[in-house]
Amino acid sequence: MSNSSQKGTNFDQWLDSYAARANALSVSEVRALFAVVSRPEVVSLAGGMPYVHALPKELIARSFETLMADRGDLAIQYSGGQGDLKLRDQVRELMALEGIKSSVEDIVMTTGSQHGLDLISGLFLDKGDVVLAEGPSYVGAIGIFRHYEAHIEHVETDHDGIQPEALKETIARLKTHGRKIKFLYLVPNFANPSGVTLAEKRRAKIVEICRRNKILILEDNPYGLLYFDKQVPDALRSIDENVIYLGSFSKILAPGFRVGYVLAPPAIREKLVLAQESAILCPSMFSQSMISEYLSNSDWQGQIDTFRGVYRERRDAALEALAEHLPKLSTTHPDGGFYLWITLPDGIDSKAMLPLAVKELVAYTPGTAFYGDGSGHNKLRVCYSFPTPENIKVGIKRLATVINLQTELLETFSKKGATK
Amino acid sequence: MIPKPKAAAKLKIQVLAGGISHEREVSLKSGRRVADALTDAGASVVIREPDAALLANIRKDKPDVIWPVLHGASGEDGALRDILALTGVPFVGATAQGARLAWDKSIAKILVEREGVQTPASITLPKDAFRELDAQGVLKTVAASLALPVVVKPAKSGSALGVTIVRKADQLSRAMIDAYVYCDVAIIERYVAGTELAISIIDLGAGPIALPAVEIQPVDGQFGYQERYTAGETNYFVPARIKKTVAERAANMAIAVHEILGLRHLSRIDMIVDNKGVAWFLEANVLPGLTETSLLPQAVTAAGHSLGEVYLSLAQAAIRNR
Repeated sequence: MSNSSQKGTNFDQWLDSYAARANALSVSEVRALFAVVSRPEVVSLAGGMPYVHALPKELIARSFETLMADRGDLAIQYSGGQGDLKLRDQVRELMALEGIKSSVEDIVMTTGSQHGLDLISGLFLDKGDVVLAEGPSYVGAIGIFRHYEAHIEHVETDHDGIQPEALKETIARLKTHGRKIKFLYLVPNFANPSGVTLAEKRRAKIVEICRRNKILILEDNPYGLLYFDKQVPDALRSIDENVIYLGSFSKILAPGFRVGYVLAPPAIREKLVLAQESAILCPSMFSQSMISEYLSNSDWQGQIDTFRGVYRERRDAALEALAEHLPKLSTTHPDGGFYLWITLPDGIDSKAMLPLAVKELVAYTPGTAFYGDGSGHNKLRVCYSFPTPENIKVGIKRLATVINLQTELLETFSKKGATK
Repeated sequence: MIPKPKAAAKLKIQVLAGGISHEREVSLKSGRRVADALTDAGASVVIREPDAALLANIRKDKPDVIWPVLHGASGEDGALRDILALTGVPFVGATAQGARLAWDKSIAKILVEREGVQTPASITLPKDAFRELDAQGVLKTVAASLALPVVVKPAKSGSALGVTIVRKADQLSRAMIDAYVYCDVAIIERYVAGTELAISIIDLGAGPIALPAVEIQPVDGQFGYQERYTAGETNYFVPARIKKTVAERAANMAIAVHEILGLRHLSRIDMIVDNKGVAWFLEANVLPGLTETSLLPQAVTAAGHSLGEVYLSLAQAAIRNR
């Protein structure tokens, strides 16, 4: 058919110039479907958005006014690469609530804990290195590990979190194959996406297994203070000073500030600060100062208590609606945080079902997003943090309709040849 | 050549973008591109969502013309166009009736075939039809009748969402399920191998004009959602690398389809030209994608026009033939 050697266009003249790791960056229909989530008709059980309406804006306004009056010029200036000393001291007190003893010298403020995770990954991961993670694990962490071309190996996880025996076996197997394991990444409290908390009795075991195998632990703990009834066990970092601990103000205050922190052993902390300075010079001094002011002059513990009440009510609404509309489905029962993890009937692919859900005006996150190995087809994450309890009930009811329609469709076409 | 827009007072244009369809994100991207181009061409533009405030916004903005850039059901199934017609404000694009005929691919195929346009053999199967029948048996018969490979697609959907090329019989069930999550009616169509073309049509009132055909060559073979909207994943050739006579036949076919379906100011007709040079109609797009990687803007630019001028000319045409 061709009658010329005419050159076409692909809208990207730099295609041959990108780093190999950029190949993983592309649009997807799932991401596009999430665009409808912003419409008020849709009940979004997808994105993990904190319910910031429960934070009185006067508190923020007051912090701003005081900050501008007292040290406005400093707040809008560059800061040191390690972050504001006063806020680091406050972070030290915050971490003490979870049994962590630390020095301000070893704390690094970051642009959300996501940035801390990225910096650490940049320091440690070479192409092909192994990262151990819970199965399922946080989608944002998987994205970073993939970006650094690491291999993500999920370790068997149950209702008490990651299984020590499975961890041991996984490490042994990988070592037999000569793989280089760089770290174990964990969200030990009210994990994203499962909502599961690592049992106290397992924590020391996990630390000991990693210590024995010289595997660094990355403890990512954005939800630990958002427990509903019982405080979570002490952090893994309280057991071993070699654990890298990541914290965040996104869930206990507001994500718009983009302020997180890393507590790292001195040698790693040193490199972390250099890496941060090289990447962004310094974290936002304005955001840090605002948070510092808020922590100094507001009842922030009372505010966290308010958040706990808000999320408990929403968790209850989600569980009640699931019991009413989807009583046969298996789901986790989180004691804090934002998420429920649902296992669908055999054969249902949550990613393939999502367009139908959007049509029925409900959104969730498909399970495959939380695995680095493509598994999780029959799982989905429900995030109950943002919609009102009434809307959560409406959303779960719609989700039930969707699952029932999809089940019926699968039955119609029989299971033979109907799974990917 | 498309005539340049007439010099006139600054037009107040309301661009409608977003909506609640599966193609909301594409619509928002398209809408912002159209708004930018119209602003560059001298229009006063406001972008609005087609939501509960639609009518109130029309009253408030008092636009001279509405430019709907809505993909998917919310903009292409005709319903919104019926409502816009009721407001009395002229709007760009197909009337409600034209949109309805084109939006349902199974209807569009029947209508154009009746007028002698070639379209691949197909069968249209509502989801409900399978409830009472032996689904596997039906699919087996269909596969035998059409011969694999076949293309399974939702009867009403865009951006290749829910579309699967089925090469093995055991993939057919999954493909049907994937199509039914987008629409309760699916089409199983004979697969035609060849050169994939998109021909955009513009009609400013003096009759439809076919813009240069865009040849689509996805790097990985299939022109799916990702390949449509990710720069670098598809190679485009404008004009298409086909013989002049074939290009003319394809353009004539595109114009015929545009007229048969009554798509008024603009459309994009997608087709496959097989290795004998025969153009096969696949579908008509009521509101073609207008993003930075979309096909109509490529054709407009290849024809030597500026996007802003063409979009403004379309707005003026809508006002003239309200």
